Amino acid sequence: MRGARVIRRPLVAIPLSVLLLIVSGAAVASFPRSVLAFLLFQGAILFIYLAAMPGYLRAALLAVALLVMMPIIGAYNVYYLEIATQVGIFAALALGLNIVVGLAGLLDLGYVAFFAVGAYSWAIFGSPHANQIFGGGFPLAPGWFYLFIFVGLAVAALAGVLLGLPVLRLHGDYLAIVTLGFGEVIRVLANNLDKPINFTNGPKGITPINRPPVPFGLPYAEYSYFLVLLIVLVVIVVNRRLEDSHIGRAWEAIREDQVAAQAMGVPLVRAKLLAFACGASFAGVMGVVFAAKQVFINPESFTFLESIGVLAMVILGGMGSIPGAVLGATIVTVLNLQVLKGLSLWLNELKNAGVVILGYPLADLPTQLEPAKYERMIFGVILVVMMIFRPQGFLPARRRQREIEVTAEEHKTVTV
Amino acid sequence: MLFAAKGITKRFGGLTAVKDVDFTLEGGIAAIIGPNGAGKTTLFNVFTGLYTPDGGEVKLDEHSLIGLRPDEITALGVCRTFQNIRLFKAMTAIENVLVGMHARVELGLWDVLARGPRFRAVEGEAWRTARTLLERVGLGRQLHTEARHLPYGDQRRLELARALASKPRLLLLDEPTAGMTGSEARQLMGLLRGFVADSGLGIVLIEHNMRVVMEVSDRVTVLDHGEKIAEGTPREVQTNARVIEAYLGRRGAHSAAP
Repeated sequence: MRGARVIRRPLVAIPLSVLLLIVSGAAVASFPRSVLAFLLFQGAILFIYLAAMPGYLRAALLAVALLVMMPIIGAYNVYYLEIATQVGIFAALALGLNIVVGLAGLLDLGYVAFFAVGAYSWAIFGSPHANQIFGGGFPLAPGWFYLFIFVGLAVAALAGVLLGLPVLRLHGDYLAIVTLGFGEVIRVLANNLDKPINFTNGPKGITPINRPPVPFGLPYAEYSYFLVLLIVLVVIVVNRRLEDSHIGRAWEAIREDQVAAQAMGVPLVRAKLLAFACGASFAGVMGVVFAAKQVFINPESFTFLESIGVLAMVILGGMGSIPGAVLGATIVTVLNLQVLKGLSLWLNELKNAGVVILGYPLADLPTQLEPAKYERMIFGVILVVMMIFRPQGFLPARRRQREIEVTAEEHKTVTV
Repeated sequence: MLFAAKGITKRFGGLTAVKDVDFTLEGGIAAIIGPNGAGKTTLFNVFTGLYTPDGGEVKLDEHSLIGLRPDEITALGVCRTFQNIRLFKAMTAIENVLVGMHARVELGLWDVLARGPRFRAVEGEAWRTARTLLERVGLGRQLHTEARHLPYGDQRRLELARALASKPRLLLLDEPTAGMTGSEARQLMGLLRGFVADSGLGIVLIEHNMRVVMEVSDRVTVLDHGEKIAEGTPREVQTNARVIEAYLGRRGAHSAAP
């Protein structure tokens, strides 16, 4: 509670934000391997987002953190830049799924299929693999990557419509089951479309995939970070605009009561297909970027668990909330790539050092007890705890929050 | 003729919910009354495209509504409220009304994404209209309250505003005064009269509050067991023997003997 009050006072919050940025930046610079230092930096960004301050100042501080400090941090420890890039990729996925699930209320459990569609579209044509299908002339020059961002968008949007058409009459559990099936179908197709014509190279995957040409001689990691950041910004703007328009309101109306929505003049078919297509297109774009970044993709990257992971991001952050989706993506990705991995490493160090706790030598600990292997369980626990104590998510959609503030004010006037 | 339904029949399995009912409206306010299960709401559902009738014809201005989807019918100018209030609960009052305008918004995906002057003009106009509508139904102070937090009577008024937002030529109200006090109901009826006078809107009510029905309606249609048993001015219907027997019976006799 006290923390929340500090955040609301600009006179305290602004200097504190700057201080946090400087301290966390210095911390990462002095201890480039310390997970805690990097977490502090992320915390500083979250603090700036939540703190009370004029909009331009917030934008400026965020720009400093994301455009200047993050790349410098990347120079100290390139792995952190990789994490930031992954966060960006998943943020875009979460934002796309947020349209389908959060706004339109269509539970989609196979969302990662669209990510796969985008990824394979560049993987096939941006690698020598396409020669097996068309004879020769491939891979396409790296510059084609930029065109394929739009190809990925279009192909994924088309896949969204194709999925949307047969499931239009379904909602709730039935829709969830069919979308789950769709996600699996795409993965199984990727696994088996290596014969009779070798489209996907099956479980072996496709490599090497061309990376886009990098301007200004930037290191590729930095470039990839900036590219993902740019796409996430575009996705956020598009999301905002859709949300604050008759289209976004129609989606929410469908989520609330589809019979009433249709009776009020919302064409259900068109609105739902648009939701599927918009959500899918973001994933398609990120798929193309992902394929180029990884250089290698195979069906293992597009499993059902990935879909669930993205859904967990949306739920954690707050359904229908744009900042929520971004925060959810950050929490899940960082927990995965950093915190749990960090704990595992730390435990290993203790083991190797022969530490004994309460007479029990840690070296005897079975390898199954490695925190990194508990990823899903820990998410499960987090989700259950969230559903009990904060079902609206960490950063719930604006309207609901405003509503809570209003009731709080009413409360005040009553007690006064 | 603004609205004409002819020979409407709707069956659910072995049950004939509505049987060969004719209904026409040239303008003004008409009421449909009848005991529970008489087929009143079924008739509304047929008029608004929620159900496809097993027989009959529905026309708005000589334009057939049979086979059209509910949103197409709304776009043509027939809008409704629901007996069991179906607001978009997590959306604010003004957002509910804005959804009601959906059929009248002439913006495409590109307008929304580009957010040019055209978008801002249309969107600004929509918000102004929505605010005016809400003020008119008496919800001017609750613009940003979530629908589910409104008291019952206000929810009914919000549903009315939402239906009016689609600029209907014919408005179908399913028990608009249910749960309202006598004075609230009278106020609402005054409001409806105002809308009819202003925009030449035709209104059909399903209503159980007989005082409201008799005060406000130009014509009354009585249904019983899915069939039309009487039609006419409120006075004619009140004195119709079949109606008294089927529905008004005890109450009619009761109020006639002060």
